[in-house]
Amino acid sequence: MTSVSMRVNGADVRADVEDRTLLVHFLREHLRLTGTHVGCDTSQCGACTIHLNGEAVKSCTMFAAQADGDEIVTIEGVGEPGRLHSMQAAFQQHHALQCGFCTPGMIMAGIDILRRHKSPDEETIREELEGNLCRCTGYVNIVKAIKAAAES
Amino acid sequence: MDEFGIGAPLPRLEDVRFITGRGRYTDDIPMSGLAFMEVVRSPYASARIKGFDISAAQAAPGVLLVLTGEDARAEGFGGYTSKMRKTNRQGEPNFEPPFRILEAERVRFVGDPVAIVVATSAEAARDGADLVLVDYEELPAISDIKAALAKGAPLVWDEVPNNECVFVELGDRKATAAAFAQAAHVAKGEFAISRVAHASIEPRVGIGLYDPVEDRYTLHAAVQAPHTTRNEIATRIFRIPENKLRVISPDVGGAFGGKGYSHPELALVLWAARKCDRPVKWVCTRSEAFLADFQARDNLAQVELALDANGKFLGVKVKNVLNLGAYLTNAGLQCGFHHVGSICGVYTNRNVDWEVSAVFTNTTPIIAMRGAGRPETTFMIERIIDIAAAEMSIDPAELRRRNLIPTAAIPYDTGFVHTYDSGDFEKGFDTAMRMADWAGFPERRARSQARGKLRGIGMAYAIESAAGVRDETAEIRFDTSGAVTIVVGTHSHGQSHETTFRQVVASMLGIAPKDMRMIYGDTDLTPFGRGTGASRSMTVAGSALVCAAERIIARGKQIAAHMLEVEESDIAFDAGVFTTRATNRSVDLAGIARFAHDFRQMPAHLGVGFAERVAFVSDGINFPNGCHVCEVEIDPATGETSIVGYWLSEDVGVVINPLVVKGQAVGGIAQGIGQALCEKIVFDGESAQLLTGSFMDYCMPRAKDLPAIEIKSQEVPAPNNPLGVKGAGESALVGALPAVINAICDALRPLGVKHIEMPATPARIWEAIEQARRAKAA
Ligand code: FES
Ligand code: FES
Repeated sequence: MTSVSMRVNGADVRADVEDRTLLVHFLREHLRLTGTHVGCDTSQCGACTIHLNGEAVKSCTMFAAQADGDEIVTIEGVGEPGRLHSMQAAFQQHHALQCGFCTPGMIMAGIDILRRHKSPDEETIREELEGNLCRCTGYVNIVKAIKAAAES
Repeated sequence: MDEFGIGAPLPRLEDVRFITGRGRYTDDIPMSGLAFMEVVRSPYASARIKGFDISAAQAAPGVLLVLTGEDARAEGFGGYTSKMRKTNRQGEPNFEPPFRILEAERVRFVGDPVAIVVATSAEAARDGADLVLVDYEELPAISDIKAALAKGAPLVWDEVPNNECVFVELGDRKATAAAFAQAAHVAKGEFAISRVAHASIEPRVGIGLYDPVEDRYTLHAAVQAPHTTRNEIATRIFRIPENKLRVISPDVGGAFGGKGYSHPELALVLWAARKCDRPVKWVCTRSEAFLADFQARDNLAQVELALDANGKFLGVKVKNVLNLGAYLTNAGLQCGFHHVGSICGVYTNRNVDWEVSAVFTNTTPIIAMRGAGRPETTFMIERIIDIAAAEMSIDPAELRRRNLIPTAAIPYDTGFVHTYDSGDFEKGFDTAMRMADWAGFPERRARSQARGKLRGIGMAYAIESAAGVRDETAEIRFDTSGAVTIVVGTHSHGQSHETTFRQVVASMLGIAPKDMRMIYGDTDLTPFGRGTGASRSMTVAGSALVCAAERIIARGKQIAAHMLEVEESDIAFDAGVFTTRATNRSVDLAGIARFAHDFRQMPAHLGVGFAERVAFVSDGINFPNGCHVCEVEIDPATGETSIVGYWLSEDVGVVINPLVVKGQAVGGIAQGIGQALCEKIVFDGESAQLLTGSFMDYCMPRAKDLPAIEIKSQEVPAPNNPLGVKGAGESALVGALPAVINAICDALRPLGVKHIEMPATPARIWEAIEQARRAKAA
């Protein structure tokens, strides 16, 4: 057991976790932030993407204990119904989701892409989405939504 | 079209919960006292089980329960069965293997479940599972069709000599032979349709509960058809009445056929919950999913097309062999039969000779996946057309055009399975030709050539049969406040029903979609339903809603006449309001609903309440179709393909929501491109061990692998359902496989490459180019 404390979606949290607890499981099970999803066990799908100290990371690739002292934002901290983040709004507007399972990870990745590229072209967005799988949409509308969010 | 009715590109109402992380998938459901299940699976593709030793696992920290195949046998559980029965080569009913939830004596594929461990945490369950000792005697195994049919091949089932479960002849052999005798040219091809994984991003998951007071189970699980799952588990496995099991399927993160039928784990969590008196959860890991999720496609086809000197199709012969895997799933066999009619395509060819056989192998069982047989059949006809075109030096589009069923000939009886009741293939063809600028292709090819690149263009005109399961029930009910709830037996897991079904009702009743509530995915709360699959939901559940809305209007008119004190014939209904011209008075639906719930006011002969439930049965299947054109550029130095253009002119009947319909088409095309370019489940030829066990080895298409896709809908209404819709979920995938492979083969043809098997990976293309070079040099 290790004691960890971190700031998650603006609130301080402290907990005792098993050493082998992954950050994604800590978020989902201890904090009940179930918007962050698990789609694989080899760090390939990106469904678990969150922001760690402002950068997109796959929360299945690190232990909760490694995030001690860090600042984390999950999909729940990005915006809420009635006060959507422009990326969230763009995803709805452009029908960038079907089953919605990859969506939180895609939105977190999308926000990170715009942090690093002011107005990325389609090719850049497609390259940048390398780490995120979607089985439903064929990506066309995800790319469109990220582009639209950049322009908004 | 109004702002939110049929035809409006309404952004989805379900989106807000998903984009804010508030979706409620099975794994998100909080539950106290939860225990966790881990499944012990066979590491061998074929082995005899000599015994279990579970003592160490039982003693492990946190472990609550260990159950093996022997315990399952002692319970007297039944097994899963195939929905379809056929015959073998001797004409006898085909062998139906016992498909149990845990095996006790013999395992037949890597991943076959033999035991479960339930513990207080997922980690403890996993640790406990590692301690279950199973004594196996490994046996020789086979993984592919050719090995299964080879003389002296190891038998998957002792009862099935040659491993051949089913053999059936369809069509008209004599007439086809006569047609072939007249042919000026016969094109021949042999195609391997690869095995793929559904790979929904949400893995399979289930939580089982048992109530000893009621002696009743509840299953929360990611499934496409809650009532089907209930039937399979209650009736087939536990042999209990169906009212002893409630199935709740909340948000589901994609399915594509993979969550349409029960897998053993869903019965296992229920059994475990009863045994340890706690809710029990199982979440599949991705690595486990590649072993244990039923897989799809995987067949071999020998196809011959006979043509006259002008390129008119005279007949087609198909020999199709399916790899069933180790067991017969609920829908595995169907994939080889339900869609053979697609072989006629949109063409006037009338002679078909079709032979299908299905074999067992020591591999993960096969189930339906988006298209379920139609992509395979469409690949056969659309690929052989291109081969014929190349051999006869006719432009492949022109060859299709010469054989197209004329619009004036609709309805058209193909002479084999289907009569197309609607469609405008000439228009679909012309539109696709224009969208893709087919005529401008030679110039584009020359430009690519100048840059050292190979360019190819491919067409596929796909037609499929949708909504084969023709009944569905829906309810529209008003509460005492006058607000409306719609209830359906289908399930939405990406199909956008929460928006499109409301649009249908909005068009009928003039109520804003956002003001309606919608219920689905719970066998206790919804009428009996067949769930979502085979592109059926809008056709049957949408139509059921239309019928329910019509009855609401009819009953509303009766009540309005009473309220407004006029004859029923004086009442008109428009946009949610009943009016009488005679007195210029009106009452809206909410007013009717409030009135209808007041027994003191309602006339006795009308009864109280304001709700209508309709079990709709459609008159027949419908035929979504679309002309696909794909253009690729290949780098001959690396074999790398990039798709530089993709166009689809599709007819899925009346479009309820163009955003959603296009979304479905693009998603389907992406899965077709995935199979054509990169995805493939591979087993080791010797050991039948799975080689593609994770997303590292199983290549899923990513954003950079996929092109922009241009889609135009031409709406030719289906005549046999009140909405005029045709299935929109699968039809685009169906055409994508052949369109992409045709384009690649077109690019490589000048080098002398005749055909490329899917997936057309860079390595495979490079190898084909090298081989062709060597052959030319020799
Ligand atoms: S869960 Fe798949 S990358 Fe993290
Ligand atoms: S929307 Fe279903 S996986 Fe992306």
